[in-house]
Formats: sequence, C-alpha cells, structure tokens
Amino acid sequence: MIRYLALRLLGVAGVLLVICAATFTIFYVFPADPALQACGKSCTPERLAMLHHQMGLDRPLWRQFTDYLTGVLAGRTYGDGPHAVQCHFPCLGFSYQNDTPVWDLMMDRLPTTLSIAAGAALLWLAGGVAAGVLSALRKDTLLDRAMMVGTLTSASLPVYFTAMTLMVLVVQIGGLLPYSSYVPIGSDPVGWAKNLVLPWAALALLYAAMYARLTRASMVETMAEPFIRTARAKGLPERTVVVKHGLRAGLTPVFTVFGMDLGALLGGAVITESVFGLPGLGQLTIDAIDKSDQPVVMGVALLAAFFITFANLVVDLVYALLDPQVRYA
Amino acid sequence: MSALPLTPGRHAAPPPAGRSPWRLAGARLRHDRAALLGLAIVALFVLMALAAPLLTALNGHGPNEFHPEKIDDALAGAPRGSFGGIDAHFWLGAEPGTGRDVFSRMVYGARISLLISLLATAVATTAGTALGLTAGFAGGRTDLLISRVMDLVLSFPQLIFMIALVSVLPEANRTLELVLVMGFFGWPYIGRIVRGQTLSLRNREFVDAARATGMTRRRIVFHEVLPNLMAPVLVYATLTIPVNIGTEAALSFLGIGVRPPTASWGQMMSKAIGWYQVDPAYFVVPGVCLLLTVLAFTLLGDAFRDALDPRGGNR
Amino acid sequence: MSLLTVRDLTVEFPGPRGTVRAVDGLSFALERGRTLGIVGESGSGKSATSLAIMGLHAAARVGGSIELDGTEIVGAGREAVRALRGRRMAMIFQDPMSSLHPNHRVGEQIAETRRLHFGASRRRAREDAVRALADVGVPAPRERARDFPHQFSGGMRQRVMIAMALACEPDLLIADEPTTALDVTVQAQILELIAGVQRDRGLAVVLITHDLGVVARVADDVLVMYAGRSVEKAAVAELFTGPRHPYTRGLLGSLPRLDGPPGAPAPIPGNPPDLLSPPGGCPFHPRCPERIDGCATVRPELTGGAHPAACHLLSAPEEAAP
Repeated sequence: MIRYLALRLLGVAGVLLVICAATFTIFYVFPADPALQACGKSCTPERLAMLHHQMGLDRPLWRQFTDYLTGVLAGRTYGDGPHAVQCHFPCLGFSYQNDTPVWDLMMDRLPTTLSIAAGAALLWLAGGVAAGVLSALRKDTLLDRAMMVGTLTSASLPVYFTAMTLMVLVVQIGGLLPYSSYVPIGSDPVGWAKNLVLPWAALALLYAAMYARLTRASMVETMAEPFIRTARAKGLPERTVVVKHGLRAGLTPVFTVFGMDLGALLGGAVITESVFGLPGLGQLTIDAIDKSDQPVVMGVALLAAFFITFANLVVDLVYALLDPQVRYA
Repeated sequence: MSALPLTPGRHAAPPPAGRSPWRLAGARLRHDRAALLGLAIVALFVLMALAAPLLTALNGHGPNEFHPEKIDDALAGAPRGSFGGIDAHFWLGAEPGTGRDVFSRMVYGARISLLISLLATAVATTAGTALGLTAGFAGGRTDLLISRVMDLVLSFPQLIFMIALVSVLPEANRTLELVLVMGFFGWPYIGRIVRGQTLSLRNREFVDAARATGMTRRRIVFHEVLPNLMAPVLVYATLTIPVNIGTEAALSFLGIGVRPPTASWGQMMSKAIGWYQVDPAYFVVPGVCLLLTVLAFTLLGDAFRDALDPRGGNR
Repeated sequence: MSLLTVRDLTVEFPGPRGTVRAVDGLSFALERGRTLGIVGESGSGKSATSLAIMGLHAAARVGGSIELDGTEIVGAGREAVRALRGRRMAMIFQDPMSSLHPNHRVGEQIAETRRLHFGASRRRAREDAVRALADVGVPAPRERARDFPHQFSGGMRQRVMIAMALACEPDLLIADEPTTALDVTVQAQILELIAGVQRDRGLAVVLITHDLGVVARVADDVLVMYAGRSVEKAAVAELFTGPRHPYTRGLLGSLPRLDGPPGAPAPIPGNPPDLLSPPGGCPFHPRCPERIDGCATVRPELTGGAHPAACHLLSAPEEAAP
C-alpha cells in the first residue's frame, strides 16, 4: 500500500510538471509578446523594455520556465533593484488589468465556484444514483423505460438551455425564487442556498441523467452476478441483498467516475456561472479572455489541472480501499 | 482479392459475404425504432445544413440581413409581434436587437455545428485509431509512450484548456482551429479503445495464422487487424459527435467559438441570455436544435453499439 | 417420511419467442443421510430443479410440489421460503470465485448467516465463522477469516462456500456442479469433504453434475435427466452395471473407463433438443440409436419398480406402437 501510494504520488508530480509545461508553452510561446500585453494601451518603448526585463523575458526560454516553476512552488521576485516586485507562494503572476496577484484573484472567486460545484455534485449524485438503482431493480418495467427515455433526453440538454428554461419557468412565471446572485454562505446560509438552487439544478440535471444511466447499467450487471444469487441462497431479505451486497459492488464504478467528474466540474461551472451571472472562477476566466489577461487564464487552467489530478489520485486511493483486489495487487 | 481465405478479418470488411456481422447489424438497425428516429433527425439536420442557401432563398432573408423594422426600439430592441416576432416571413421570429431572421441563422448555425463537430470527430478518430493501433501493435516502449501521452491529455481540464488554447491562437481560421483543438483533446478516448482492441486481436488465432503464413506486418495490420476494429471505432466515433456538438456550442456560447457574423447555435444561446426575460422564444430555437442533434447522434451511437456488439448484449 | 419430496415439478420460463419448459413433471424423494446425484447434459433442467427447491426462481413459473420435511415450498410465501433458505436448506454453486462477494471478507460472509438465522451477536457469529472454516479444513482459520475471496485458491474458495452453506446446520445441501470449475486433484478433495460432512451430520445431499464419475464416487442414488424429464432412476451400483435407458447407456459409453469395454469412449451424437419446440414423443428419439416405431409419437412414462426408466424398449415392443 505504501509503495503504491509513493508510486502514485510520483506519477501525480510528473503529470503536474507536464501540465505546467503545457500551460507555460500555451501562454509564453504562442502569443507574440506577453510584455506587450502587460504593457497595456499607453505603452512606451522604455516601459516595454523595462517590463521585458522585469518579467524575465530577456532570459532563455528554459530559464523562464524554471523561474515560472519556482514561482509556483516557492514564490519569486520579478525584476531587481528598486523595481523588484515580490510575488508570494504560490506565484502565478499578476493580472495585467489591475496588477493584483492572480492567486488572490482566484481565491476571491473560489468560494462561489465551490458553492456551485459542491451543491450540484451532491444533488446529481443523490438523484442520479437513486434513479439508476430504482431503474435497475425495476428493469424492463414502464417506470424503467420512462426513466431511461427521460435521462437520455436530459443528458442531451445543454446546461445553458436548462438554465434559461428554469429561469423563465421558475423565476419569471412561477416567481418562486429570486434571480441568482451570490450571497456568501457565512453571512446568510438560507439566502446562499436560495440563490444557488437554480444553478445547482441546471448543472446537476445533465450529470444526474448520465449517472442514472451509469448506475443502472452497473446495478443491472451486478444484480445478475452469482454472488447475489449466493446472498439470496443464504436467506437474506431482499433489501439486505440489494443494499449490502448489490450496492457495495455496483456503486464502486459510479464513485470512480464521480471523482473524475468532480475534477472536471470546473468546466461545467464556467458555463453555469456565465448564464447566471455569478462571480466565480468561470466568470473570472471569461473576463480575462476578453481582456487578454493571460496570467489569469493561465492560473485558472493550472488550478483546474491541479484539481483534476488530485481528484484522480483520491479516486485511485478510495478505489484501492473499496476494492480489495487493487489493494493487495 | 487475396488467395488466403482463412481470416475473419476479411469477412468483417465491407464487401460482405452472406451473413457478415455488418449485414446482421444492418438488419438489426432496421428494426430499431430509436436508431431510425436518430437517423431521421440527423438526416433532417444534415439536409438543412446542406440546403441552407436554398432555404434562406425561400424565405427571402439571408442570415446576416438586418431588419430594423422587425424590432421595437421602445422595447430596447425586442422583436415586434408575439412569440419572438413569428409571422409568414419570419418563420421562427427575428433576433432581438438586430431583427435578423432566426430561421436563417438557425440553418446556417446547423452548418457550423455539424461541420466543426464532424471534422473534429474525423480528426480525433483518425489520430486515435492510428496511434492506438500503433501502441497496441508495436507494444513495448512505443506503447508505453503513447499510453502515457493519452493518460496525460485525458488528465487535462479539457474545456478550460480549450478555452485557453483557442484564446491565445492567432485569429486566422477559427473553424480550423476549433477542429484541431477539439480533435486534439478527443483522440485519446478513441485511442484507448483501439489500443485495447488491438491488444486482444493481436494474439488471436487468425492473426497468428496470418503471421505463420509469412504475411508482412503491414499486411497484417491493414488486412487483418484494422477491419476488425471498424465496429468499435464506428460506435465511438458516432458517440463523439454529440460531445463535439456540445463543446462547439459551449465555446461559441463563451464567446471563443466562430466569430460573428457567422451564425452558430452557441452564439445564439449566448445572445439570448440578455433577452430571455423579454423574448424567451429566441433561446428555444437554438436550444431545441442542440437538444435534438445531440440526442439523435447519441441514439444512433447507442444503436450502433447494440447492433454491432458481437455478444448481442442489450444493456 | 422423506426429508425432501418432489412431486410432478414443472419449471417454465415464459419468453418472447414462447415458453421454455425447463423441468417437466419431475418426481423424486430423498431421505436424510442419503446423497442423490442428478445427472444430465447442460439444459436438461437439473439446475432449474435445484433453484426451484431453493425457491430462487424469479422469472419462472414453478408448478407441482416440493416438500421439505413436510413444508410445502411451491407457492409458499416469499418470507416463509426465505426463512428456510440458508437455515434448513443450503446451496453451493459451480464457480466459487464469482459466487463469493468480492468486497466482503470471507469470515463476514459466513458470520452473516449465523446472525441472520440464529440472531447471534457480531462477536459470537465471528467465532462461529472461524469454527466453520476450521470444520471444512481451511488452515489458520482465524487469520483466513479476515481475508477476501481473491486471496484464496479455487479449492479453498469452494471450502469457504461449503463452510458458509453448513454454517446454520441445514438438513439439505444442494451442490450444483461443485467441482466443475476446479482442478482434477482438488475435485477429489472437495468431493471427499462433501461426502465427509454428509456422513458426519446425516445431511441429505442433492448433487447436481454432468459428470457420471463424480456421481459414482459420492452418490447413493442417481436420477438421469433429459430435456427436463427424469429418464431413469436407480441406486448407483445398479445404474452403472445395468443401465436401462439408451440415453444412460450413451452417457456411460461416453465415459472413459479402465474397467470398461475396450475401444475409445463414444460421445452421444447430436445435440440436446431445443426446449422451445421439443420433439414429439420421447424427447430423446432423434438421437436414440435404438429408436423404434412409437418413439416419435408416444411419450414413454417412467415405469419399473425400484429401477424405473422411461423408454418404450422396456415395455413389450408390440404394445408400444399405437
């Protein structure tokens, strides 16, 4: 187990290094000149030259990359002498728009995105798994078929379409909820939840549908396994057979996928935020792209990559705990 | 054809003799109502995309014609008339703010959506098949390298990286850029499947037999292994199309897809955000188009999988 | 009174292309302390029979009567049959790997039945599980109880299955192809174990197999099934020395034997019948080398005292013709 863990951590480090390199390449190698972007509209040649030096762009490319890595891992200092600017760990650079550290900007927006993601994840996991299990246990009944047609349709619904439909039906016509805005959970938990119900629902519907189908397939397969027949042959009540023996084996693949989707959720959150106008990481990214504020885009990309990689690691570890065959392999 | 009639590979290839797997699958598909429905919707949208200039000639409005008379400045530019301004000339109403014909923009949007998603799927499928086949057949270090790269690409937060990548690329040919970027992030999915299939095919008897008769590596790959990969590749390629339709729409929605004035469904959705309270009819059109195309390709892909599954499983 | 009495059992699977009658009018009785071998090819209805006894059919229609120690199982309430399962009758299956839950420790899998049927405490049930493992010859049972199924060898897994089946001291043990998935050397050990516990505990055992060699080794009586029907019943020695049904003779002929007639064993030509449209008359007649006139039209009844068989050859040939 320890050996396995060590190997996995090493793998994670490797993946993160490559992702850093890829991010670096995308943003430092592709665009003509980052300093020009940073310099802004009222740019003078002197200022440009100064920025060039300060951003380290006069150094060889590989030095720039190691500078960048050092910044991420330990913080760095831009420039030298009186112009030196300290960038604390984890340094992802400064926004071209307002010279705020990218990290601070992101941490500012993170609670909104996390609120959306966590609520939606909870909702879709509960809803999707429940629907899938029910469908599997009632396989080939009318309920099962209706459920599968419904989930196939909802899995094809784009998030923004669902979002706008919900807003028209629930807010505009129904008047049941307010138009979403972000209320910090600390100051008003009820208001927080009320404002986020629609974003949660819009994002969760898509995933819940996919999870219902996945859960159903996995449970149908599991309930046909010989060990389920053994459990029945022992005289266990059907509920114990389903819950203790069926779900235990049938939900393992579902949770594996869940971990990976959690990491990828940021992509879905970007769209949800921009429909509902919530000030999260997604909005930050879209604004930054609009203003060619590359350090911010880069920072978000890197943060998302970290999330995914760690989610994958956690999935693997949980999987090792859930599945004894992996643990002892 | 070849003088060696000992391979199932040849019989799985398109010129079917008797009850080949492809014939059987075709027969099964003809009785699959979901597949036929999916096919009908796909055909409808493909026709619509191909006939876009004809269709807009029919209603008389090009996709980029402004019609100020259709919108009401007193209402900040909302279309005049009910249901988004639907009338005998504007079959699906007018675009708020500009008065462009929603129907015309929808059919031209279908062009972009289908063009980009199909091309991106083709790129991903070709690259995925080639690399997966190489990895599975070469084995050893080549396999290790390709597999690692696939794992790596899959561990990227795809939408965010697509956004990042597209946003820094020089704005030369946006359509091509989208196709390449989506293809790049898509190939490992098919690559993994092809690699797995190749590995299991590589050690089957008929490949051994071909090897024993002194067939060259190249011949074995192209005549024995590749034909047997066509079924899974077709299935996953079909299931990749709806994903790409969704991605293209999402990117356009976020403002980094095709550039205006080129019409795209995602862009229409994005524009609708400012208008859904006044003119909800406007977002329904691109929304339903996206729903239908994604659903149709998914139905088709699922049906292919069921029909081509040699075990005949009906899961 | 017999422990297990099966009368006129039918098991039917309704399907889209018609109803399959997997078991068709099967009757037999089994006393405590005896082992009945049920032999037949795959699709002969032997597994459908065992699942019917356990009340484990979900989609099938079960008719006739199955009495366990005077309690009727066919048509009894779900709960009533469930209380008998694992307690009065237990079953072991062909593939011990897939029949054990991969994510539960084996000790827990055994203890679960003790808790369920005897209301044992967790700790008590755990002790019982260790003892059950020791009883079936699992070495270091206390440690092994904490292992997962995949950490056991095939033979050891089947021992775990047997320990689980015997944990609640049932009266009837049904063993469905218990050795088919195992190595030959391990097969003998497992058969030995089943025979041993059968002797020690006075169990009634139904041993389901396609392998006459297995039957010869452990069974007292044999029932030969073909196409859902019983074609011959006899004590083991009688069946092997004087088979009366051509199908039984065919099975014996396909068995390699050291003491048999010289020459290679000959398999029975042809395939088992399609149960969606079984042949008329005697279901075996299309494959029967000794077929006579009436075989294709009249279905032979099981007749003949202590060693009955269902074959027209056994009655006077002139009476058999319609």
